[in-house]
Amino acid sequence: MSKKAPERQSASGWEHFDHGADIGVRGLGTTKEAAFEQVAVALTATITDPASVRPDLAVEIACEAPTDELLLVDWLNALVYEMATRRMLFGAFTVTFEDSRLVGTAWGEPVDLARHAPAVEVKGATYTALRLARDGDGTWVAECVVDV
Amino acid sequence: MRVPGIIHATESLVREMDAKVYEQVVNVATLPGIERASYAMPDAHWGYGFPIGGVAAFDADRGGVVSAGGVGFDISCGVRSLHTGLTVGEIDPVKKALAHELSRSVPAGVGSIGRLHLDTAEMDAMLSGGARWAVERGYGTAADLNRIEERGCMAGARPEQVSMHAKRRQQDEMGTLGSGNHYLEVQQVVRLFDPRIASVFKIREGDVVVSIHCGSRGLGHQIGSEFLKRMAVEAPEHGLSLPDRELACAPINSPLGEAYLGAMRAGINCALANRQIITHLVRQAFSHVVPRAELSLLYDVSHNTCKVETHRMDGAVKRLFVHRKGATRAFGPGHPDLPTEFASTGQPVLIGGTMGTASYILVGTSDSEARSFGSSCHGAGRAMSRHQAFKQWRGRQVIDELAARGIIVRSPSSRGVAEEAPGAYKDVTAVVDAADRAGLSRKVAKLEPVICVKG
Repeated sequence: MSKKAPERQSASGWEHFDHGADIGVRGLGTTKEAAFEQVAVALTATITDPASVRPDLAVEIACEAPTDELLLVDWLNALVYEMATRRMLFGAFTVTFEDSRLVGTAWGEPVDLARHAPAVEVKGATYTALRLARDGDGTWVAECVVDV
Repeated sequence: MRVPGIIHATESLVREMDAKVYEQVVNVATLPGIERASYAMPDAHWGYGFPIGGVAAFDADRGGVVSAGGVGFDISCGVRSLHTGLTVGEIDPVKKALAHELSRSVPAGVGSIGRLHLDTAEMDAMLSGGARWAVERGYGTAADLNRIEERGCMAGARPEQVSMHAKRRQQDEMGTLGSGNHYLEVQQVVRLFDPRIASVFKIREGDVVVSIHCGSRGLGHQIGSEFLKRMAVEAPEHGLSLPDRELACAPINSPLGEAYLGAMRAGINCALANRQIITHLVRQAFSHVVPRAELSLLYDVSHNTCKVETHRMDGAVKRLFVHRKGATRAFGPGHPDLPTEFASTGQPVLIGGTMGTASYILVGTSDSEARSFGSSCHGAGRAMSRHQAFKQWRGRQVIDELAARGIIVRSPSSRGVAEEAPGAYKDVTAVVDAADRAGLSRKVAKLEPVICVKG
């Protein structure tokens, strides 16, 4: 692959929040792109430690939606689809926007049951607690609940 | 609200319920064409648009809607229970070998693949035929079909409405258990509450049964995600103003509503076929370890569906689209859709617990028709989040504690076991007692786990 996987950002770039039966994923960043990249790391963290995923292969992803919030769900669902059909996990991401279109790259490797010890399959990203916004200090927040 | 919201539960269960349950019951009651009431079952908790444990029926002729959120992502996720013809004393000496054989035979967990690969034609045949397709391919017997809702094949499925993405996600996943709260359990019957009904169900104290909890795997999830988006985007075109995006829906009598119903019914068939193939794998595993075992199907119930049913409304019979999101159909005696052998009793209602607590077999009641469109609860429901559970327990610790109680757990994921720790769930007995007292279904038997295979 021609592009290089991005350096991992600090763990403060993503977090989980509680939802009764499922898990909330949240990405934080100084740009919208960074928040989308970090929420993808949070998605992986529901399954395994993202630091355990080697960035050996790059998968290109493109999606389009009428609003940025719907685009966030589409992005996460595209990753769920790629993980499921390629039987891969991803640990690093880049995102760029072109109008209502997202173009991204996910770096990862095939699932290694012994090393990754995956906890759960993600069924899909949802519109529950879906939010894409800039907080008071200018930090972009991208979050929603994923169904597991 | 167009109709009242009704929550069936005891005071203590109501107090434990997330405030979101009330909000979601109220939101569902605002949808067009809803009939009689927006219901929540005793195990209701915060869901997606609809509460999990939500039941609502819509009249297409009154502008009624169908909702992808009201069905859920794991379309037709459900439980089936099998007799084994064995007693607990007969499996005790071979318990470890049986646990090993079951965990080896049934693919479970992240990244697992089934032994079938479906090409395009077989995928469409499976989506049209459900468990009937599986039986025709040698997975099980014709007798199984009589013990599955819809006789194992949901009519009206339209495989052409299922996207290539959804089909691609499923092509290697047939006969896999999945992960999360899905399981395969060997259980013992520890108590009978209603010996007469138990005798009709052919259940005796000390019997060993097998219960399988899983759904439509990647295909159902993909259908749910794709139609949720289409319904959310098109809602304004249909004049639908939704209090919650997750309530996304479409008029039943619209191209999108009809497309979703066709795809969702194909998803139901996928779940029925999946549980049928797993049943075959379980039978093979038992035959290797306990050759005298005879596994026959007690019943198969689905939790996440929208089905066309006739219900009595103010003296008249109406054709309604009944959504059950995390709720079990619980038809009572004399219902025309039941197998002949259950005509006098009502249908078995199978309620799953956790790997350390009880599961229950109940029976549908005539009263549930008027109280919940013939529906009951579906399980315990979580008391704490996965995150909290993982902080509180370690997988090894849960496995060791259960082993000390004689319960063997097999799972590829230690973290998955911790997140599914029995203590992370509500008390299933309280839920079942509430369903019994509300007349939604009646307790017949209590089961306790012996072997649990988790994804």
